[in-house]
Amino acid sequence: MKVIPIIGAAPKGSACTEEAGDVPRIDLPLTRREFLQGSGILTGTLAAGSVLTSLAPSRAWAVELKTLTAAEGDALMKMGRVLYPHAKLADAVYALLAKDLDADAGKSADALKLLRDGVAALDQAAGGSFANAGAAKQLEIIKAIEGQPFFNTVRGKCITSLYDNDMAFATFGYPGASFDKGGYITRGFQDLKWLPDPPAAASPPSGR
Amino acid sequence: MPSFDFNDDSVVVIIGSGAGGGTLANELCQKGAKVVLLEAGARQSPATFINDEWKSFVQIAWLDPRTTSGTWRVAKDFSGLPAWICKTVGGSTAHWAGASLRLQPHEFKARTTYGDVKGTSLLDWPLTLKELEPYYARAENKMGVTRTNGIPGLPGNNNFKVMYAGATKLGYKACHTGRMAINSRPRDGRGSCLQIGFCFQGCKSGAKWSTLQAEIPKAEATGKLDLRPESHVVRIEHNDAGKVTGVVYRDSAGKELRQKARVVCVAGNSIETPRLLLLSASSKFPDGLANSSGQVGRNYMRHMTGSVYAVFKDDVNIYRGTTMAGIIQDEAGNNSKRGFVGGYEMETLSLGLPFMAAFLNPGGWGADFAWFMDNYPRMAGMWLVGEDMPRETNRVTLNSNVKDKWGNPAPNVHFDDHENDIRMRDHAFGQGEAVYKAAGAVKTFRTPPYPSTHNLGTCRMSAKPSDGVCNKWGQTHDIKNLFISDGSQFTTGGAENPTLTIVTLAIRQAEYIAGQMGKRAI
Repeated sequence: MKVIPIIGAAPKGSACTEEAGDVPRIDLPLTRREFLQGSGILTGTLAAGSVLTSLAPSRAWAVELKTLTAAEGDALMKMGRVLYPHAKLADAVYALLAKDLDADAGKSADALKLLRDGVAALDQAAGGSFANAGAAKQLEIIKAIEGQPFFNTVRGKCITSLYDNDMAFATFGYPGASFDKGGYITRGFQDLKWLPDPPAAASPPSGR
Repeated sequence: MPSFDFNDDSVVVIIGSGAGGGTLANELCQKGAKVVLLEAGARQSPATFINDEWKSFVQIAWLDPRTTSGTWRVAKDFSGLPAWICKTVGGSTAHWAGASLRLQPHEFKARTTYGDVKGTSLLDWPLTLKELEPYYARAENKMGVTRTNGIPGLPGNNNFKVMYAGATKLGYKACHTGRMAINSRPRDGRGSCLQIGFCFQGCKSGAKWSTLQAEIPKAEATGKLDLRPESHVVRIEHNDAGKVTGVVYRDSAGKELRQKARVVCVAGNSIETPRLLLLSASSKFPDGLANSSGQVGRNYMRHMTGSVYAVFKDDVNIYRGTTMAGIIQDEAGNNSKRGFVGGYEMETLSLGLPFMAAFLNPGGWGADFAWFMDNYPRMAGMWLVGEDMPRETNRVTLNSNVKDKWGNPAPNVHFDDHENDIRMRDHAFGQGEAVYKAAGAVKTFRTPPYPSTHNLGTCRMSAKPSDGVCNKWGQTHDIKNLFISDGSQFTTGGAENPTLTIVTLAIRQAEYIAGQMGKRAI
């Protein structure tokens, strides 16, 4: 079973020491599916040829939920895709949103109620299952709840869950930390060729 | 490093170790004064700084509770985070991008130059550029500012190439890689820039000047500096004669400690500095220390800001190299034909993917937002920073409904954009978009202000004690041995990034304090 890299909880200030400068992310090693014990399991398969396959030992992935049901997790994943629709971003990344919201639900009864009621309302608005509704219907449902606490909670969580992980970095073309690779002084910080180079008076040559 | 006695009342206590406090500490130590430097944050180093936007934010940003009010957009987008400043040894010099520009002559005479602009509390500085010039020169030399002292400019990155191409097509003349306190050549024991790209997260190569890297180690070498990290000052104390006598602070374990002092200098940035004066209210000073004018906390300025991001057909890779890689200065002057007073700078800026998601359009969602993120590698970006108008009603106050972990009222930051700020922002947005369109942008986006990094003016300098909190030396009008040593002193904001001026004022203030102590005037 694939190991999905999941960023850990934000560290406390005094605990932040990265002596080497590289930033290891926390991998959640997931066991074989039959050993997963949680309240729900989200699974999927990375597309063949995806840039993400280089980050994963296999294309199949699974995320274990500890509090929410798989159906709730699935609805939240779909809501994430309505809020931030990236055709090239794998479901595995949207599963991180469900995973992070599930963690919040596990810590607070209020958060659980907000999410559970929120998903129930989505399903009701869809006349059954939000996750199975058509794209236009899903968008209409989400637009109708914009600004409400459930919407704000899920949307806010998307910002870190969807865009602050290795799979998103690879998908969007952001390499993350650079100090461990010597910065960009010899790695293309001025390699743009489709515009003329500024004159030396405006942009002097590197001293190195 | 010495450890001065808590009852040693011959020491100078400096609160805050950033651009103002850290520089002042070194300058005073060099003159032989004994300095206790109290910093609320912990000490990091190039080795411990983190090339990761969110982790670094948690490591060095000031995250104590704060509240906001007013019509500024930050109050809506970041209601608990009015400012993006630091709680760490070195203060916000850990986070700053390095732009080091002198204020322009007319900016010291804002009231005279701009006239009686309705709804403002504009005032001339009790200082002129001419008086400050020798100190600016010393600051530039100390900080190793490029394009001064024979130091070459930095090489421009891809983001700068885009800015330059657009700027020249538009006819702008003053576009270059800026005056930056980042080494383009090894200097002063620090290496040259590796174009790492995480300037905001603490420079891991040490090429960027900061008080952590440059001033504090030099002060420590004198044997006169007692730096106490994780020491959060909660009150300044005074005697019956109305002179300050020391400070009370909490150490990392929350223990309350009292350090006596001959002189107290406050450099906590423009939210914490007035807050501390207000928290120090007593029966003798019921409105807070140095507040007979009622001006403590008022005239809060945060610079007119905004950003323009643009998507191009081909790759830019904005994240490579210095965060602030270049500047256009053509709009920096005062030219009332544009429909507003004052001017603004246009400076490249880059954000990594996580912060682009957080700041591009706070609260934004949907297909349009996703399209910009999909095009991250093809984005270029600039920050717009200009002079905003001081207003008495823009102010830092104590919010007794919200307490920090020591039980003290949190600061509330109230801000309403002045009509002039709005006009300037609209103009700057338009020009920024024009620059990128001239360079071939497919689409541009107007990004609203980030939480404030340039917090200014809340204990301003004034010639008359009724107009402000301190005199031209940063010495409070009311209490002779109490000084304001950070950007809170600024009478008006100017268009320029403020750090160079804060350092300049600290160098000058150190001379004054040493002189006054020598004469036993304080």
